[in-house]
Amino acid sequence: MIKNISNLGDAALYCDFGTEVNKEVNNKVIRYFKSIQKENIDGINNLTPSYNKLIISFDLRKKNFQTIKKLIENLNVINDDKIDNNKVKIPVCCDEKFSLDIKRLEEKLEISRDKIYEKFFNKEFFCYMTGFIAGMPFLGDLETELRAKRLETPRVKVPKGSVGLTEQFANVYSFESPGGWNIIGNTPSVIFDSSKENNPNLINPGDVVTFEQITKDQYNNYNE
Amino acid sequence: MNKNYFEIKRAGINTTFQDQGRSNLYHIGIPFSGAMDNRNFQISNKLVGNETNSPVIEFAYQGPLLKYFGDKIKCVIAGDVKFTIKKNDNDIEGNCYQSFTLENEDEIDIITTNKSVYGYLAISGEFNLEYQWSSCSINTKANIGSNNGKRIKDTQKIYISKINKNLNDKKLNYINTKIEKIRVIKGTNFNYFSDEGKSIFFDKEFVVSKLSDRMGMRLDGPKIENIIDTNIKSEGLIKGVIQVPADGKPIIMLSDHGTIGGYPKIGVVISADYDKLVQLTPGSKIKFQEVDLSSAETLFKLYDLETQNLISQI
Repeated sequence: MIKNISNLGDAALYCDFGTEVNKEVNNKVIRYFKSIQKENIDGINNLTPSYNKLIISFDLRKKNFQTIKKLIENLNVINDDKIDNNKVKIPVCCDEKFSLDIKRLEEKLEISRDKIYEKFFNKEFFCYMTGFIAGMPFLGDLETELRAKRLETPRVKVPKGSVGLTEQFANVYSFESPGGWNIIGNTPSVIFDSSKENNPNLINPGDVVTFEQITKDQYNNYNE
Repeated sequence: MNKNYFEIKRAGINTTFQDQGRSNLYHIGIPFSGAMDNRNFQISNKLVGNETNSPVIEFAYQGPLLKYFGDKIKCVIAGDVKFTIKKNDNDIEGNCYQSFTLENEDEIDIITTNKSVYGYLAISGEFNLEYQWSSCSINTKANIGSNNGKRIKDTQKIYISKINKNLNDKKLNYINTKIEKIRVIKGTNFNYFSDEGKSIFFDKEFVVSKLSDRMGMRLDGPKIENIIDTNIKSEGLIKGVIQVPADGKPIIMLSDHGTIGGYPKIGVVISADYDKLVQLTPGSKIKFQEVDLSSAETLFKLYDLETQNLISQI
C-alpha cells in the first residue's frame, strides 16, 4: 500500500502513499499509523500521519533507516480500520477584526464574501489529520470556488481560534502561532486541552465537522 | 519541604525548564521540545552529579538573575556564558563547566550567552516541577509542561524539592566551537527548485535572521526559486527540516516546531550538526553542504561518541 519509502534526513522514514488526497488514501495512512503504534517498536519515537504520507521518526542511537525500513515493509497491517466518527460543531464569528484575509480572498477568488461564507458554513467537513500546532485539525474538502493558496510570506502570529482556508482544506488555529492560511473568522471553542492527557484534541482524524456562524455578541458571551 | 528556592529577580529573555522532551505525540501536534543543545544539557547535569536527562533551566541571550534561599547547593552553568556569582557584596566571575556552591542569599547573575544562543543552569538536586506527558519541558506555544507551560517570569519563586549533598566540585575542560557549514541531506522536494535555486542553496551564504526562536530559524539570503509548486499537501515535519516558502527564504525547523507543514522541503540538517546549529546567533553567516545518508549516520555516531566521552571525563 505504501508506494515508496525514502529517508527524510538521517532519523526519519518518509512513507509515500501517493499524491491524491481523499478519504480512501487517508484511511490507508491511518491504518499503518495504528498498526505501528500497536507494535510499540523500540527506537521509534514519533509517527506523523497526514493526508497521504506517514513520517516515522526514530532515535538514531538505537535504530537506523535500513532497520526501520525493513520492519515497516514486513509489518502486519490491521484491517479493522474503525475510526470513531464523532460529529463536532464549531461556532465561528466572522467580524471584521477576525476575518483577516477575507478581502484578499474576495479578490483572489473573484466572489463576494457572502458567497464565501455561504459555501463554507453549508459544508460538512472530514478531519484528515491533526497537528502543526497541538490539536489543529486539517479538514476537507472545500468547494472548488473557495480554493486559494497560502500567503506568500507566512504571518509570524496568527491569533488563537482563527479559522483558515488553503487549497481544499480548512483548519482552526488552536493556539497563537506562525502560519500562512487565509483567515476568515475566529472560534471561541477550546480546540486543545492539555489537562486531558488521554484525549486533548476536540477534533480527531475521521471526525465530521460543521461550522456555525455566530455574532460578535454570541462570541463575547460564549460559554462551553 | 519547599524551604529551598530561587527567587527570580530578572527572568531574562527566554528562560524555561527543559529536559529530554516528550516523544510519540507528533500525531496530535506536540513536538519533542526539550533542551535545544542536547550536549550542553547532558554535560550540565553530569557536572552536578545528576542523571543526564534531569530538568535544568535553559536560557537564551540574556539569562536570569536568581537569588537563592536555603541550604548549601551545588550549581553549574554550561555553554558559552558570562555570569557572576554574588556572595555578600562580592561579585565573583563565574566559569562555565565548573560547579560552584551557593549559600543562603547568594545570587547568580547570568549576563549573556556571548556569541551563542542557549545556556544551561543545573543544580545538584531536583526542581519541584509538574510533568505533562512524562516531561517538564516548557512549550510556550502550546502552554505545555511545567510552570503552566509559560516561560519563567520576574519575581516568581522556583522551589527545589531535593538537594544532593556531599558532592565534590566537578570541572570539565570544554570549549564550544561554532560551525559555519551546516551539513544537510537533500529533502523530499529537492527537485521543486530550479537548477539555479539548487546551486544557490549549496553555494551561497545565508544569514540567520532575528525572527528565530525555539520553533524555527529563518534565514535571509538570495531567493531560492521554486519551479514546480510553492505549496505541498501538508505533511509531517521533523527537527532540522529546511522548508522554503514562496518568498524563497529557508526556514529550519527547531525543537518546538510545528509538527506539520505545507512548504517544500529542500533539505534536512543532519543530526550531528543540530546542537551547533541552534547556537547560531542572528547575523551569523552559514553555508549548506550536502552529505549522503550513510555519511550522516557515521557523523552522528562520531558526534555522539564525542559527547559520551566528554560526559565520561566528568
